[in-house]
Amino acid sequence: MSTLVIKDLHVSIEDKEILKGLNLTINTNEVHAIMGPNGTGKSTLASAIMGHPKYEVTQGTIEIDGENVLEMEVDERAKAGLFLAMQYPSEISGVTNADFIRSAINARREEGDEISLMKFIRELDKTMDFLEMDQDMAQRYLNEGFSGGEKKRNEILQLMMIKPKFAILDEIDSGLDIDALKVVAKGINEMRGEGFGCIAITHYQRLLNYITPDHVHVMMQGRVVKSGGPELAQRLEAEGYDWIKKELGIEDTDAVTEEA
Amino acid sequence: MTVETKLALSATEVNSFSESNNEPAWFASLRAAAIAKAAELPMPTPDKTNITKWNFTEFPQHTVESAPFNSLEDLSAEVKEIIDIEGQENLYIQRNNTPAFLKISEDLKAQGVIFTDILTAVREHGELVQKYFMTDAVKVDEHKLTAYHAALVNGGVFVYVPQNVVVEKPLQVVFLNDNPDASLFNHVLVVADRNSDVTYVETYVSTVEEAKGQANLIEEVIVLDNAKVTFGAVDVLAKGFTTYVNRRGSIKRDGKIDWALGLMNDSDTISENITHLIGDGSLANTKTVVVGRGEQKQNFTTEVRHWGKNSEGYILKHGVMKDAAQTIFNGIGKIEHGATKSNAQQESRVLMLSEQARGDANPMLLIDEDDVMAGHAASVGRVDPLQLYYLMSRGISKAEAERLVIHGFLAPVVQNLPIESVKNQLTKVIEGKVR
Repeated sequence: MSTLVIKDLHVSIEDKEILKGLNLTINTNEVHAIMGPNGTGKSTLASAIMGHPKYEVTQGTIEIDGENVLEMEVDERAKAGLFLAMQYPSEISGVTNADFIRSAINARREEGDEISLMKFIRELDKTMDFLEMDQDMAQRYLNEGFSGGEKKRNEILQLMMIKPKFAILDEIDSGLDIDALKVVAKGINEMRGEGFGCIAITHYQRLLNYITPDHVHVMMQGRVVKSGGPELAQRLEAEGYDWIKKELGIEDTDAVTEEA
Repeated sequence: MTVETKLALSATEVNSFSESNNEPAWFASLRAAAIAKAAELPMPTPDKTNITKWNFTEFPQHTVESAPFNSLEDLSAEVKEIIDIEGQENLYIQRNNTPAFLKISEDLKAQGVIFTDILTAVREHGELVQKYFMTDAVKVDEHKLTAYHAALVNGGVFVYVPQNVVVEKPLQVVFLNDNPDASLFNHVLVVADRNSDVTYVETYVSTVEEAKGQANLIEEVIVLDNAKVTFGAVDVLAKGFTTYVNRRGSIKRDGKIDWALGLMNDSDTISENITHLIGDGSLANTKTVVVGRGEQKQNFTTEVRHWGKNSEGYILKHGVMKDAAQTIFNGIGKIEHGATKSNAQQESRVLMLSEQARGDANPMLLIDEDDVMAGHAASVGRVDPLQLYYLMSRGISKAEAERLVIHGFLAPVVQNLPIESVKNQLTKVIEGKVR
């Protein structure tokens, strides 16, 4: 079992503090949902864990099995087992999807122990079938000209090929129609189990109809303010967030604009 | 005011060189007229690069003697890599100024295809060469360097594809430079007669550390009605050359050229690639990639000029600049009056890898006709940190991520080179240069 522990995390972007002392612990074999109104720092959390160049951690720790994640470069974080399914994946012209995914897999393996081309193609074909993706997506340039839904599926394809310990899904459900959402959820559910933990960041309960979380956390004003089981998400869907604000005495302040 | 430049060869020397090649009278007099003009004509004026201090005329020797290759096994490893030794059916190798190897399939010969070195062609196919040699695409008296070239031509290739002949396998040419004293005044003339189709791929490769001569290269591609030419080139000339390379196309009705140019010289280089869309419905697809490094100064002009109606011209140029390299990218789409319904599109992008490098993209659309389509896009920038973040977030190291982005950026030409071994060589050259 692996554990990702986030303690007292403070994160700023361009000198504006967005996360203000966030605590969260997740183990493999668990799915955590993080919900909350717009502008409460959910995506900032995802970016800070992965090491986005614009986000500065000013205080606190992130550890994976006791290893200090904050000291790692972005690629080292990935190799330590972290994966971020991004809200807005970059497009990279001239690099085929297949070549990219193979490079990512080989980056985790020793020189001389690279995945054989045949084995890679077999696995890629199988996974693309599972995600109901056209086979020609493998030879298209990475995310270039992909529709929003295709990009999200492609993030899940990478997730399934790379098999990280912890996946963070940053609003994987935004802009997806119900069929695409089901496929994406199918991919996540396939990954569930021993050795895999997941943080699903979402505005909507809808995603959680297909990916049942073990834990639900509510973020407001840069902190986790309430945690519970799946029933918490259902109550949020039915009643919104006002009851939490009232319960905890949270005043609406200027909501920070969340960066992608 | 015309500045008299000291030329390295006198008229008498040019004439005796012509005699030593047993050239026909017309070619000898073309050289004689050209050397006279070279003394008087002004230098070309590439936009935004000052070349007044560049030395385009002096060299240690006009021609050097090199041994031909009796067998491809005698080639050095570097050259072998460029060639599919077993599979390449049509191959010409020029070693410095010497025709060193020629192979052409019996099938092509039987169909009347001509594939030979330019000076042999002048002797043996005089009528055809005379018709097209610097008469249509490039003129002798355009400026000093075209005239100098015509006077001093000492190598090159002639390709003629007769009417209705489709050449299935590519013609491959390797210009090998392995003598530091060599100068290359190569003339390449490709004529695709009506309804023909041919793929031509050339590689300029230097195996010398530093060259001392001139590379004054003029290449003309004449595409007659409804013919198609796919033209691939990889230039890897050594530091020390002063390179003037002029690749020009002239396309008649419904003809087509696909250019894929990988311009990887380490020399200071003025490159000009102009395609004239003469005939109605003619089309030019121009893809160019460039890597500049060191203290290199380069100027790349790509122009498509529309004369025919419904003509289409596409320019794509991608350049990577590192160290203190300076490069100008001029992209010109010009639509002449009367070329109605034409379409001129261009895209120039420059990727800067260092603070000291300079790269300027100058897109120009010059349009003398109302009923046309035209567009351009240009950008100069650094490797996008968000692209690197994305790639690294999958476990790819920063160096490898940069490598992927750069190779991807240069892929439009690499992917379009029609010979696998040349494609691999270009990838390797890029690899070596951007490291």
